[in-house]
Amino acid sequence: MRPSARAITLTIVSLAIVLVTSLLIWLGWDATASDPQTTLDPLSDNARAVNDVYTLITILAGVVMIGVLTLVLAFSFVFRERPGHEAQQIHGNPRLEVFWTLIPVIIVVAIAVPSFQVIVDTTGDAPDKSVEVVATGHQWWFEFEYPELGALTANELHLPVGRSINVELRSGDVIHSFWVPQLSGKVDMVPGHNNRLWFTPEQTGTFLGQCAEFCGTSHAHMRFRVVVESEADFDAWVDSQLADAAPAQGTLAEAGEGIATTICAACHTIRGTTAAGQIGPDLTHVASRTTLASGMFDNDTDNLRDWLADPPDVKPGSKMPNLNLTDEQLDQLVAYLQGLD
Amino acid sequence: MATAAGTFPQAHEESTIWTWLTTVDHKKIGAMYGVTGFAFFLLAGFEALLIRTQLAVPNGTVVDAERFNQLFSMHALTMIFLAIMPLGASFFNFFLPLMIGARDVAFPRLNALSYWVFLGGALLLTSSFVFGGAPDGGWFAYAPLSAEEFSPGTGLDFYVVGLLLLGTSSLIASLNFAVTVINMRAPGMSMMRLPVFIWMMLVVNFLLILSLPVITVALIQLLFDRNFTTNFFTPSEGGDPILWQHLFWVFAHPEVYVLILPSMGIVSEVLPVFAKKPLFGYSAMVFAGVAIAVLGFAVWSHHMFTTGLDTVPQIVFSASTMAIAVPTGIKIFNWMGTLYGGSIQFNTAMYFAVSFIALFTIGGLSGVMHASPPVDSQQQDSYFIVAHIHYVLFGGAIVGIFSGIYYWFPKLTGRFLDETMGKVHFWTMFIGMNLTFFPMHFLGLSGMPRRIYTYDADLGWETWNMVATIGAYVLAFSVLVFLVNFFTTMRKAPDAPDNPWDAPTLEWATTSPPPEHDFDVIPVVRDRDPLWYDRDNGIEKPEVPAGLHIHLPPPSYFPLLMGGGSLLLGVGVLSHLALTALGVVIIVYSVWGWALEPTD
Repeated sequence: MRPSARAITLTIVSLAIVLVTSLLIWLGWDATASDPQTTLDPLSDNARAVNDVYTLITILAGVVMIGVLTLVLAFSFVFRERPGHEAQQIHGNPRLEVFWTLIPVIIVVAIAVPSFQVIVDTTGDAPDKSVEVVATGHQWWFEFEYPELGALTANELHLPVGRSINVELRSGDVIHSFWVPQLSGKVDMVPGHNNRLWFTPEQTGTFLGQCAEFCGTSHAHMRFRVVVESEADFDAWVDSQLADAAPAQGTLAEAGEGIATTICAACHTIRGTTAAGQIGPDLTHVASRTTLASGMFDNDTDNLRDWLADPPDVKPGSKMPNLNLTDEQLDQLVAYLQGLD
Repeated sequence: MATAAGTFPQAHEESTIWTWLTTVDHKKIGAMYGVTGFAFFLLAGFEALLIRTQLAVPNGTVVDAERFNQLFSMHALTMIFLAIMPLGASFFNFFLPLMIGARDVAFPRLNALSYWVFLGGALLLTSSFVFGGAPDGGWFAYAPLSAEEFSPGTGLDFYVVGLLLLGTSSLIASLNFAVTVINMRAPGMSMMRLPVFIWMMLVVNFLLILSLPVITVALIQLLFDRNFTTNFFTPSEGGDPILWQHLFWVFAHPEVYVLILPSMGIVSEVLPVFAKKPLFGYSAMVFAGVAIAVLGFAVWSHHMFTTGLDTVPQIVFSASTMAIAVPTGIKIFNWMGTLYGGSIQFNTAMYFAVSFIALFTIGGLSGVMHASPPVDSQQQDSYFIVAHIHYVLFGGAIVGIFSGIYYWFPKLTGRFLDETMGKVHFWTMFIGMNLTFFPMHFLGLSGMPRRIYTYDADLGWETWNMVATIGAYVLAFSVLVFLVNFFTTMRKAPDAPDNPWDAPTLEWATTSPPPEHDFDVIPVVRDRDPLWYDRDNGIEKPEVPAGLHIHLPPPSYFPLLMGGGSLLLGVGVLSHLALTALGVVIIVYSVWGWALEPTD
């Protein structure tokens, strides 16, 4: 049966509607690639491999979507009831049904083969001479340790550009997930399981990461930064981190050190002082970090003071209690901590 | 009247309320499931509105972090277990006997019991908002966050006990329905003449029968971990939190098909009726549904690609997941084949059914995307997944249910829902749904994780979050239009004929609404589309014999009583174990009375 001119026109109209809609979708889709935490602008080898499969699958899914939506719309227009037209009593068509069973089979094979290739390429062992990092998730912050280099920091991971990074993922409490969309897809930090991931950053810059597995009250506030820098900058950063804490300068800061080594020491370590707590982040070089409270806000005087004044108020559920510090104590502590660069 | 010694006398129909409390009529039980399910649909929708209002702008202050975590957990639990499942059960209760030409389900009292146990579980779970805080560990309650150490309140205990009760109810109903389908079909109704809706529900029943025991075991382990110092999921004591994930998803992936298959069945009934031609490729439709269910048991670890699965399991579970695209594709193409060459009458039921194909296709395609583990490593736990599940569960399950409501309303009540309001309902829901859920794809691509109660302004997430929130209010408006339509329609006098749509299935062979005994004479089935066959071959409805007397199962207290006993069983675990003991006594007494209850 030849399709009528009416049917052809209505099909073209349907296709036009679906194409315009798809174009709008594509514009929205593509615009997300310039957002700060985008998943569509990979800047490491493994993130790029993932993105290649992603692009292929997106195109195939888009083609199928356009085809199905166009036909649904066209059939709705063409076969809308009209006087003088009876429905054709068709029960099925085995040849057609075999044909459209094969369509998804072919598409699935087309996405399966490259997917499996990427799995094999990216889940194996990291290349030799990788920078070793142990990342540990805590409610609600990240700890980063460089076992070969001896450095330890929190919420801000520094990496040299162009060298592969081998990250061992641990958890100190519940399940978290390590995700820096531009550098690596996520892998969970599961207590009792030492998961791994590896990637090679290809470009310097600061990249945003965030915990992706729901981990309790302040899950939303469990973010971190990855600073990818030149080999020389990275070496210099490691050296600075290995040094003991800077001594307090001035009476205000000296009083602050007194508070830190008595009150803060219950949970925090400040190397070079008597503070050796093991619960919260290491504060030896806290002033060198750009954010506070696991990426919640910039590390400046006002924010630091607000944070110390009442942690659970700014970060719900925070394990750091309100220490009921006086204004004077806050000034002293802020002065001391800001000297720890 | 004979009374078994020591038991209550048989229930008499004395007042309206008493009639409903003691009923064993599948149509009344279906109505109770429907009204209860819809009430919880409204509650879960309200929870969603609070969530969207909080997320409309960065650093929102509508609810705090703890309340937000309760809200998204309860939104999912309520929609899944207290809205979509009971709404599916409602249709199935009402229409299973009618569509297979029976007078009731195989075990009418058991049917009532499953409703009362469901109601108890639903009320218990929801009451957690009042008694110390709702569950806040997500509907998945991953260990060890769900352990007492990290969730010391009673929220997770309400979760465990509530789900145990709801699971018991579903298990009772599934066995009852499966037995009914297999044993109580009218003469001539072979399995391959069953309406596709009945087929899909039969598949759902087997999914539940096979998957509920797994979650039951896991829930009891969690209950013991939390209350009796066992360590099934405690890593520091040698337990394994990943074990919980396996047990949970072995249940919860089939559960996804439990939610979507009924709606696939509904649109498979609606499309042929209004296209005025038989369903395209009936056998392929049935086998595709069965294939989806079988494969559905082999894909659970695709929810766990990011947990550190090894290379080979990633490939195996990815392959099995992608394989589901094949039977799903067959279904979509066959629905399109049903439209092709039709003479399509576009009323509200048909609008919903056709849009189901489009929306479900979008949800299916995004599902194929994260069947690929590399892609999943970027999409998992991001808003992209939120978009995906809502295209499947709202664009699929809920839209299919609304199609069914408009289609079957004349049979359920004898009245037609207003078509003008129906169209307004459809268009606002269609636009609202796409406005709410499509932008979530973009948010996920932009790196926004799920389940965060707030976000910063500098991440590029403001615009689409605001659009999604506006969409949520449009959705809420559409539901309001439906409610107005429902209540105005119910005030009109019933005027629906037996078969207003010229539909082919048996429920349309009896009056609208059907009499208590469903059919005066059990119909004889001569074709897959029995009423069309009778119409085209001039076969008249059989004469009603004079002096017709049909024996129906009498009403009974015992399902209600046993439902109350099982609720006490659960309440006791959450408060004082003496109540549990009392619950056991009531249940034992109910079983005894039930067994000895006179049957006429």
